[in-house]
Amino acid sequence: METLTGLFTDYTLRTVALGAAALGIVSGALGAFAVLRRQALLGDAMSHAALPGVALAFLLTGSRAPLVLMIGAGLTGWLAAVAVVGIVRASRIKTDTAMALTLSVGFGAGLVALTYVQRQPGAGKAGLDRFLFGQAAAILQTDVVTMAAVGALGLLAVLALWKEFKLLSFDPDFAATLGMPSRRLDVALTSLLVVAIVVGLKTVGVVLMSAMVVAPGAAARQWTDRLGVMVLLSALFGAAAGVLGAVLSTAAGVSTGPTIVLTATGLVAASMLFAPNRGLLWARLRARRRRWLLARETVLADLAALIAQHPRSVRQAHDVAALHSLRGRSAVNRALAELGAQGLVRHHHDNAWSLTSRGWTAAARLERRRAPADAP
Amino acid sequence: MSARADGGPARAGADPAASRANADAAANGAGTGADPADPDGRGELLAVHATDVTLAYQQRPVLWDVDLEVPRGALMAIVGPNGAGKTTLLRTVLGLLRPAAGGVRIFGRPYAEQRRLVAYVPQRSSVDWDFPTTVLDVVTMGTYGGLGWVRRPGASERRRAQAALAQVGMQDYEARQISQLSGGQQQRVFLARALVQDAQVYLMDEPFQGVDATTERTIVELLRALRADGRTVVAVHHDLQTVREYFTHVTLLNVRRIADGPVAEAFTEANLRLTYGGRMAGIGAARAPDHAEPPA
Repeated sequence: METLTGLFTDYTLRTVALGAAALGIVSGALGAFAVLRRQALLGDAMSHAALPGVALAFLLTGSRAPLVLMIGAGLTGWLAAVAVVGIVRASRIKTDTAMALTLSVGFGAGLVALTYVQRQPGAGKAGLDRFLFGQAAAILQTDVVTMAAVGALGLLAVLALWKEFKLLSFDPDFAATLGMPSRRLDVALTSLLVVAIVVGLKTVGVVLMSAMVVAPGAAARQWTDRLGVMVLLSALFGAAAGVLGAVLSTAAGVSTGPTIVLTATGLVAASMLFAPNRGLLWARLRARRRRWLLARETVLADLAALIAQHPRSVRQAHDVAALHSLRGRSAVNRALAELGAQGLVRHHHDNAWSLTSRGWTAAARLERRRAPADAP
Repeated sequence: MSARADGGPARAGADPAASRANADAAANGAGTGADPADPDGRGELLAVHATDVTLAYQQRPVLWDVDLEVPRGALMAIVGPNGAGKTTLLRTVLGLLRPAAGGVRIFGRPYAEQRRLVAYVPQRSSVDWDFPTTVLDVVTMGTYGGLGWVRRPGASERRRAQAALAQVGMQDYEARQISQLSGGQQQRVFLARALVQDAQVYLMDEPFQGVDATTERTIVELLRALRADGRTVVAVHHDLQTVREYFTHVTLLNVRRIADGPVAEAFTEANLRLTYGGRMAGIGAARAPDHAEPPA
């Protein structure tokens, strides 16, 4: 509670929350496209490969300005994407192997560069090691401003090229036949994925940043069948996970990246369970409902068959004890009660039930549906 | 190549459809000169003309010195066994693949200049039908080519998409998410997207693949309507039984072009045997009157 009120009064906490929100919005919105284009793992390779860029940018410029480090990270991250595509095209190595190679080589190079930086005199306080797992408490106002500005540019690009990116994600060949420069649009959208990644590096860290790109999109996909709504929801989920994770990690004094990612994962899990239509829970309930309706129909058909065995007593009641032994007493009684409420069967006494005329019509329809092969 | 020699005579035969198209084109050319399919006013005979197209994947030739000549107004089936390069040929015509040798002309000019005259119906399986979008939205994508950068489709694009949906009997489905469609309905959505393009040449990759009877009828009617309207259709086709009924022209392809021309002349048992090897003897082809059936 104290932490929550702190959001509005505590300067540091407010900065952290703003930065996390900006990162969540940008990575959520841009990440939605990565999810649809199956680039989740590419994002992971890119974020790991961003680490050497951070270290190199610092070594070359001696500056820790957020924009400088972001540009360095973006460059090597982008090179990683080029490397993956290039390896696949030039060799017989498949995409998954190419991505794993790029990820581990990039990350390894980053760790080497990082330890080298740490040994430089006066560089120990550069705090570059925070780029590994992220540290929200280290976010300064200049970071937030840079993140927001870079992110806003990325979002504007998506808005401007909305229909192009939509078609590219859905059917790139068709886009090419229309004269859209598919290859260049592909490069542009992949570069925007780099933007989504570098914006969050300092907060979330290179190791887990790809989760921030993928999780909000995966969660948003469960709730909607419209691209626009999905991108918007994805941005919202990203912001929620970012702010919640950053604030919690600051309050608890633990690494921010893992906390944000756990929050985002919670959103994904909740969406997968509870989202209407696609949610597992609703699918379970629907399947149960279907099974029950089928069981109820079976009881109606069985009762009709029982009565029909006695030609003189078609309109008469029949004892359902046989059904009880066949299908279970409680299920049969519940089915009969529901069928009775629908006016398909009538209760007489004890276990004796009969079909109403509507019941006979329904039973005949079931009969036809179950034996359609002989239909004329 | 003997295969090539066999294909020759069929092509050399008189082609009534082509000469009719020629007359139409000439008439148009003499008039306003505004015929989009005949920008040069030369009465270009061939809607699609690919010459000497050769293409290989990792040293294995997929297309070898293939010519494709589609007369204006023809309904042409491209027929051949699996791996014959049918889809590859279509994608090469569309500029999606760059041939190692050879070139493609649409109404006498390079594809890049004639893009607006060509519509493409890809294989249904080429996209993810779980993409978060609606039927109307997919059909509207057919208007994107005419919109240019940044501009979004508006009310008039929407109306055109709805009209195209009605043409394929899918007007009641416009708000559906595309994953909720049957295979045949997906195919009709793709056809509607191509219709919106209002093209002169329609390139279709297996439009009849795995569709229901209603969709098959819809597509056949559509092909006839397009032909009646002077449009040209090239379709990769698998069902040899229906080639005669649905198409006016045929190209038999198996890495090389085996034969092409009007169905009556090119779609013979002898040519089919050359295309498919011995396997397909007797399928739906014209009787080869002077030859006894080969032993099975």
